[in-house]
Amino acid sequence: MTADSTLTKMAFGRLTLQAFPVHEPLLVATFVAVALGGAIVLGAISYFRLWGYLWREWITTIDHKRIGIMYMILGLIMLLRGFADALMMRMQQAAAFGAADGFLPAHHYDQIFTAHGVIMIFFVAMPFITGLMNFVVPLQIGARDVSFPFLNNFSFWMTTVGAVLVMISLFVGEFARTGWLAYPPLSGIAYSPDVGVDYYIWSLQIAGVGTLLSGVNLIATIVKLRAPGMTMMRMPVFTWTALCTNVLIVAAFPILTATLALLSLDRYAGTNFFTNDFGGNSMMYVNLIWIWGHPEVYILILPIFGVFSEVTATFSGKRLFGYSSMVYATLVITILSYLVWLHHFFTMGSGASVNSFFGITTMIISIPTGAKMFNWLFTLYRGRIRFELPMMWTLAFMLTFVIGGMSGVLLAVPPADFVLHNSLFLVAHFHNVIIGGVVFGVFAGISYWFPKAFGFRLEPFWGKVSFWFWVAGFYLAFMPLYVLGLMGVTRRLRHFEDPTLQIWFVVAAAGAVLILLGIVSFLIQIYLSILRRDALRDRTGDPWGGRTLEWSTSSPPPDYNFAFTPVVYDTDAWWDMKNRGFRRPVAQFNAIHMPRNTGAGFILAALSGILGFAMIWRIWWLAALGLAALAAAAIVHSFNYRRDFHIPADTVARVEDQRTHLLASQG
Amino acid sequence: MLCACHAVVLNPSGDVGQQQRDLLLDSTWLMLIVIVPVMIMTVLFAWRYRQANRAARYEPDWDHSIHLELIIWAVPLLIIIGLGGLTWEGTHLLDPYRPLDRIKPGESAAFAAKPLRVEVVALDWKWLFIYPEYGIAALNELAAPLDRPIDFRITSASVMNSLFIPTLAGQIYAMPGMETRLHAVANAAGDYQGFSANYSGAGFSDMHFVFHAMANRDFDRWLARLRAGGGVLGRGDYLKLEQPSENEPVRGFAQVDPGLYAAILNRCVEAGKRCANDMSR
Repeated sequence: MTADSTLTKMAFGRLTLQAFPVHEPLLVATFVAVALGGAIVLGAISYFRLWGYLWREWITTIDHKRIGIMYMILGLIMLLRGFADALMMRMQQAAAFGAADGFLPAHHYDQIFTAHGVIMIFFVAMPFITGLMNFVVPLQIGARDVSFPFLNNFSFWMTTVGAVLVMISLFVGEFARTGWLAYPPLSGIAYSPDVGVDYYIWSLQIAGVGTLLSGVNLIATIVKLRAPGMTMMRMPVFTWTALCTNVLIVAAFPILTATLALLSLDRYAGTNFFTNDFGGNSMMYVNLIWIWGHPEVYILILPIFGVFSEVTATFSGKRLFGYSSMVYATLVITILSYLVWLHHFFTMGSGASVNSFFGITTMIISIPTGAKMFNWLFTLYRGRIRFELPMMWTLAFMLTFVIGGMSGVLLAVPPADFVLHNSLFLVAHFHNVIIGGVVFGVFAGISYWFPKAFGFRLEPFWGKVSFWFWVAGFYLAFMPLYVLGLMGVTRRLRHFEDPTLQIWFVVAAAGAVLILLGIVSFLIQIYLSILRRDALRDRTGDPWGGRTLEWSTSSPPPDYNFAFTPVVYDTDAWWDMKNRGFRRPVAQFNAIHMPRNTGAGFILAALSGILGFAMIWRIWWLAALGLAALAAAAIVHSFNYRRDFHIPADTVARVEDQRTHLLASQG
Repeated sequence: MLCACHAVVLNPSGDVGQQQRDLLLDSTWLMLIVIVPVMIMTVLFAWRYRQANRAARYEPDWDHSIHLELIIWAVPLLIIIGLGGLTWEGTHLLDPYRPLDRIKPGESAAFAAKPLRVEVVALDWKWLFIYPEYGIAALNELAAPLDRPIDFRITSASVMNSLFIPTLAGQIYAMPGMETRLHAVANAAGDYQGFSANYSGAGFSDMHFVFHAMANRDFDRWLARLRAGGGVLGRGDYLKLEQPSENEPVRGFAQVDPGLYAAILNRCVEAGKRCANDMSR
């Protein structure tokens, strides 16, 4: 028996049949649904013979536009998962009062709120903003691709593999039950001996590589590939915010990687960085994780500020008010975001002077943020505002975000934080800024740039339905949480004694249902838009009366983005070109040098996934094999010299002639 | 009284909690000075400058005004200077480590009784309160006399928790191998809710206790009842108690090993384990 079990242990590590949650009906049902859905999708791909197309045109693509689109799809899929978690939490908290225990046991509920946080930040918000930056930045600066196109593909697949590992944890083993930042000692091996925290660590480590490399890539792109004439102070504001965000990514993500590496050493190698005994210091982890974690918040919101800046200017038909103060405000936020991390744990007993310092630095951030708000406000002033969908999201943002900002500054006052820390007030605050800021901004960005990406606009009716459901749902779901927080209700509770609280949770659950309708309406909107794409077609490439360079090329842009690199004379380059009677060149095209697709990124990421899975389950032979294969694949790829090609001049001419005819037919 | 139908954070009964509440409200009013006009202006501008309103002025190239920019930066700056001042003062005054200098408005702590020391240990998933002055302890139940400062010393046996009695004062973390402090005072008799405000694992939801604020005489009676109830908390008993459990009933210990709290804090309750404070010596 022992010989047998040793053998099994060597072959499968900690992975046993017990790891498959066949006894949990909820999970089995989910698995069946996912398996059925997956089978249908895979079947359809096979039936329509799309595998070759997918591999050639999407999986191996190094085109920043397609990679951007794939990031958005990843974000959307993970949004569905993260939102399902949210809905389950709301249902549990609305039901579990007094004698009623709700439908989720602690083992399950604690995984759900951990997974919800991890997924929403790392695999929804991050892919969304990376996707927007990937798609828009090269177009806005008049470039043909990012600086390192292969790296871009690799980054995307690493992020995806991280997401896949989180999804696998649903059906094989379990996810962490520690909260989304996995504070030790709870996340240490002594208190979390199962694979949950290992799934957490490896999915974030693998996705983190992708995020970091994509940050390097976009910084290089913005610094090196701007069109002639586009000085730093002529960059569109979205590009500015993207630059600052990627600087933050490159400076902050290594801290996360190092922190998680130390936690892994504690868990795998028996070191004592964060343990209770032998000199370990768990507060060190809390400091480190927030030194990454607070900049992370600005990583998410800065590009969204950029989106709102573009949308406000475009739909007000007006230059952005206070361009330079917008830029400086962004820079100030970038720097200050490193000086505030301790406000996440005022309550851990730092002295009054330390707490005051971090409280006041936090408040100072609200000065440049306030300036931005006023800049948008005065962009509306004396404008000619068109209430298209992106503008509606922007106005909803302006009204919602100030509330979240105010509750945030309130939490930055240490004595107030002592009574509000970890309460539902806090939960309401960060959802107020993340939904009211990031999510609204992502939807504004999607509806704004969708026609550029696909050549047709999104159908507006269902978009507006989705908008109203989202906005109403947000207020209904989170305003009660502010109230509950003031009643002294803390977060992550699975069960309540006091029946008078229940009504607030029921209202919050109703809000979550409205948001669900908002998500469904959004999916209907996309479906109907694809169905009616001919009626919604954008033939000009400039459906909104845009101001920046991405609107100067066709929708969707050709592979090479711009046949001739534009020359920039103004911040609003395309607006300026239109005003000065710019005439699009129609002849004398040259061959265009382009990077070539490669499957290496996908293969490397898949091998990383195998390595991660093996490490999670401690299947050492597979981990060694995965690591060796990873190294080998990287070396083999470095000998790949077929990296580029030229699009012949006559192909460029043909594509451009088509556009010439199309534009002429518009009159 | 255990009902939370009123917002306890806005209506605490303890003097420290009330001062924290005041600061919270003052900060809110201060910020509303700028938030409300911004919200009104957003709606107003969006409506006034809608495309259909051709009567409104349209200046597509107007993008700069030194005066406006000055105001835009100055207004938030001034508010933050004010709020920063409030924060600096409030944070120092309400530092949980600082002994109280008053027990209620206008009543100095100098004349009050000597502070009641309570040693708090967060366990998986219950709270242990040790009263070193009286040599007793209580599980999942805390009592204190009115108008006498309470001096909490807080640690944890396993993972991070946070001690929070909203009616009394703000929370402070309970962390293994570390000690945090909290000074507070109860000013109105009653039974109030206390709990852990930091997620600590499977039994976290039920990790709450009742805080009894009572008159001096009642407190003495409570002490007497605990003493009469018997029960010993030696090191061996503690090691048994320390094992994870949920929904533990309230109980008292008439006799507590006097070195227990220090041993828990220095992680050396088990026989033969070296204490952390000895190691660093």
